[in-house]
Amino acid sequence: MLTLAALIAAGVVAALGHTALGLACLGGALVLGLAAERFVSRRFHAWGYAEREDDLLVRRGVMFSRLSVVPYGRMQFIDVTAGPLERSFGLATVRMHTAAAASDARIPGLDRAEAARLRDRLAELGEAQAAGL
Amino acid sequence: MTSPDGWRRLHPLSPIVRGGRATIGVGILLFLSLLQGRRGSSNSYIELGIAGLVIVLGFVSWIVTRWRIDGDDLRIESGVLRRQSLRFPLSQVQAIDIVRPGLARIFGVAELRLRTGGSSGDTARLAYLASHEAEPLRARLLALAEGAREHEETPDPEAVIEEHVLTTVPTGRLIGSILISDVGIFAESVLAALIVTAVLSPAAAMGVVSAGAVWIFAVLTLVWRRFNQEYRLSLAEATDGLRVRSGLIALSAETIRPGRVQAVRMVEPLLWRALGWCRLEVDLAGKQRSKGEGQAERRPLRTVLPVGSRALAEELLERIVPDRPRVQSPPPRRTLLKSPLRYRMLAWGRSETCVATTSGRIRRVTVWAPLEKVQSLRRVQGPLQRRLQLATIHVDTAGHSVHAAIRDRDSAEADRALADLSELARAERRKKAR
Repeated sequence: MLTLAALIAAGVVAALGHTALGLACLGGALVLGLAAERFVSRRFHAWGYAEREDDLLVRRGVMFSRLSVVPYGRMQFIDVTAGPLERSFGLATVRMHTAAAASDARIPGLDRAEAARLRDRLAELGEAQAAGL
Repeated sequence: MTSPDGWRRLHPLSPIVRGGRATIGVGILLFLSLLQGRRGSSNSYIELGIAGLVIVLGFVSWIVTRWRIDGDDLRIESGVLRRQSLRFPLSQVQAIDIVRPGLARIFGVAELRLRTGGSSGDTARLAYLASHEAEPLRARLLALAEGAREHEETPDPEAVIEEHVLTTVPTGRLIGSILISDVGIFAESVLAALIVTAVLSPAAAMGVVSAGAVWIFAVLTLVWRRFNQEYRLSLAEATDGLRVRSGLIALSAETIRPGRVQAVRMVEPLLWRALGWCRLEVDLAGKQRSKGEGQAERRPLRTVLPVGSRALAEELLERIVPDRPRVQSPPPRRTLLKSPLRYRMLAWGRSETCVATTSGRIRRVTVWAPLEKVQSLRRVQGPLQRRLQLATIHVDTAGHSVHAAIRDRDSAEADRALADLSELARAERRKKAR
């Protein structure tokens, strides 16, 4: 967003005829863009999940790194959501809910087909290993 | 009051009792206006009309509410415009309470409350039943929940189930503990401040009282409620679960089914520690508050021991979490940099079936969570923790009020603990499933 703002500012200033100021704004936009790119990419690479035999591991976060271990048997339900932005890229978010409100197993930005596969697999495993409260 | 198809109604007086204080108020008002009405004014007819309408509405709400035990479910139907049919599976019942507020005791009725588990867990309320019906019904529901069939001969409903009283809280100690608890001290300082102002300048005191009446009232209510709820609280062990009975004016009898305890916590406030006192609370699954439950009834935690010595608490813990870890290890010294206030309190330990954690800044809170109940495990590491090579493990259970967190351990130790605990929890789940 900041990058975009800087770019627009650069455009406006350049249109007004201040070439030096416009260039400075363009430089700012470039730096911000690179920083944002790095930030987003680190965040992106921090996300990860692994299906183990009995539980699902979900990892996320750069500043606050979190690793959740959610046993399949504890799963209450799964939901797959896709917002407008996600839909336009053919992506979806899978989320596993347990009886504990604090459990945090959300996997965003999955390919639609992968999301469906994961959902079915989790449901199947959850069914097989279900444990009471 | 049983109809041939098994549907039953609540006690006819229930609308009055449910009205609670409002009923008393309306009654008094009506009485007064009747006294005045003798002198003949058209106003009293209107008032009578309104009272009549209220009575009719109460009657209608009573007549449309009915309940029955249907196989393994308890079904409750109510409502006229918005007809509601609720079905509560008895196998999911976490606890059954019999509650009798002051007004209900006058009329000889009692409320039966079933707490069911699950993230959408709701509370089934039968308000109100005749007092003598409530106890056998509770026994029957518990028996059904344990897997007995409905038409099977319930083993003599009149027979009293053997109860073994574990402890009763002495009233003197309860009063003392409330006086030096956080709420108590707050109330006392408010009162002391008031008295001092009153002595110095009575006019100012009047102003303060009239301005802060709501707050003073709220604080006093809080203290009173605590006293009322925990008065003569006794814990007993019966075959169908733990029984907690308590109350001065509003009586309550709770039954916690065996194996439904999600976590236990022991709280030791600063001043209590000097006296060696502590408080034990049990966390159950289910929503923290349900619709229709008033402030007073919104109790996510069950107090098992309002105040008692460490030795007594240990004895009770032995019944609730039998195999609990004996030793708790302190965190590494560098934790002092990250949580200086907590450092002295932090510790954790585990046995094969249970994990224990201690934390707290001013009051010490120790939590025991059976591994069999663990829903998920989380390892969280913040920026400061990463710099110090520390990590926190959260142990999530289906209870909503007790959080077990193994705070600020060495990263390597945390990783090991995470692996160990998930392994042990799996073993516990398997054992239970078999």
